[in-house]
Amino acid sequence: MITIIDYDMGNVGSIKNMLEYLGFTDVEISSDQERILKSTHVILPGVGSFDEGMKNLEARKLDIILKEFALILKKPLLGICLGMQLLGNSSEEGIKKGLGLIDFYNIRFRLNNGLKVPHMGWNTIKIINSHNPLLKDLDNNYRYYFVHSYHAVCDDENQVLLTANYGYDVVVGINQGNVYGVQFHPEKSHHFGMKLLQNFLGINNV
Amino acid sequence: MYNRPRVIPVLGIIDDDLVKTTKYTNPRYLGDPINAVKIFNGKYVDELVITDIRASVENKPINFELLSHIAQQAFMPLGYGGGIKTFEEVKKLFRIGFEKVIFNTAFIDNSDLIKRSVEYAGSQSVVVSLDFKKSITGKYVLYAKSGTVKSNMTIPDIISRLIELNVGEVVLNVIDKDGTMSGYDLEIIKIICSMIDVPVIANSGAKDESDFYQAINSGAHSVAASSMFVYFGKSKAVLVTYNSPFNKGGK
Repeated sequence: MITIIDYDMGNVGSIKNMLEYLGFTDVEISSDQERILKSTHVILPGVGSFDEGMKNLEARKLDIILKEFALILKKPLLGICLGMQLLGNSSEEGIKKGLGLIDFYNIRFRLNNGLKVPHMGWNTIKIINSHNPLLKDLDNNYRYYFVHSYHAVCDDENQVLLTANYGYDVVVGINQGNVYGVQFHPEKSHHFGMKLLQNFLGINNV
Repeated sequence: MYNRPRVIPVLGIIDDDLVKTTKYTNPRYLGDPINAVKIFNGKYVDELVITDIRASVENKPINFELLSHIAQQAFMPLGYGGGIKTFEEVKKLFRIGFEKVIFNTAFIDNSDLIKRSVEYAGSQSVVVSLDFKKSITGKYVLYAKSGTVKSNMTIPDIISRLIELNVGEVVLNVIDKDGTMSGYDLEIIKIICSMIDVPVIANSGAKDESDFYQAINSGAHSVAASSMFVYFGKSKAVLVTYNSPFNKGGK
């Protein structure tokens, strides 16, 4: 059973579309607490601002539920785009505290070479930790679709899975225990994204 | 490598049919849009735009059934334009799996809807598509409702409204270039790109990859095309195809 968290933060239909295309049947977009806790895998998507995202999670008590799912039940959780940023401690975009499930923070792109913010479009990735199950069979030719103005900064190198270069190298894949995050949109990245989501759904409880 | 230009097929639809116009008239039936989307899917296109070319001018409802089917098959960024009139429709488009809403007529008569969409989904998800026609005196005139209604907005008016609305992208169409495969109108690309920071997607007139490079060199951030992705050869046989010179990496 897979749940894509519904907290009114943008496009979630496309993740469900891709999972169903891949043959996963019990996929729901939901904010139902019981369903979330019963799920084998949870995906936290999200497009929008950091504070709005935390506010919407808190209003549905999903911050607590996600922590229970990840820290107590120790089941695999994947944050996508804003969903990844919310896994961290904080963001320059707002004043609210993040979920704090992984020890990192988010800053705005600091670009001075004519590149525009947001970083929007396709970009290749660099694999930092090739043994991680999320990255099984991926390689540095894989490309993904990005749309973001803020990016993760992670002081612990062991948590960094992937980087991408936009003006400079930024962290775009992250992992601590059973909690994963990717900055790009696998659901919008053809078979590159399908592979990654399949890998995530192949990860079993820790 | 970063910031590579995107190459975006634009698919016109009328009801459930895939069509291609010439100068916004004479829509030719090309086949089933779902089938075309499946082919583009298999060719890993950067992004796809679906435009209902009659929804606005004939005041038709958005064909959500077809769009949902498209979104279930398309695993790339998807944009939709054509007859979007309400905020509910905007939310529904995002919900079914589109991440960009594209406004044309609303830019002239309903900028509140655009503003609200930006507040809801962020600039990156809101696109304005401008239809220009070059007058005999060489002035660019903006049109709405699939090129049927002339606006009196000047280029400075257009630019200041784009900036005020804080949209994420602008698609530049030139009505007399549509379906002609005679190259982009580089002049309007240069004019608009010199006046705004917002990424501009050049459209209308591309015949091959050399046109892409010319548009990018004129300031466009990305390029769009229709005819060259659905027609093959001088006789314009229907053949859905795709190639991007900017995406050599990746499998």
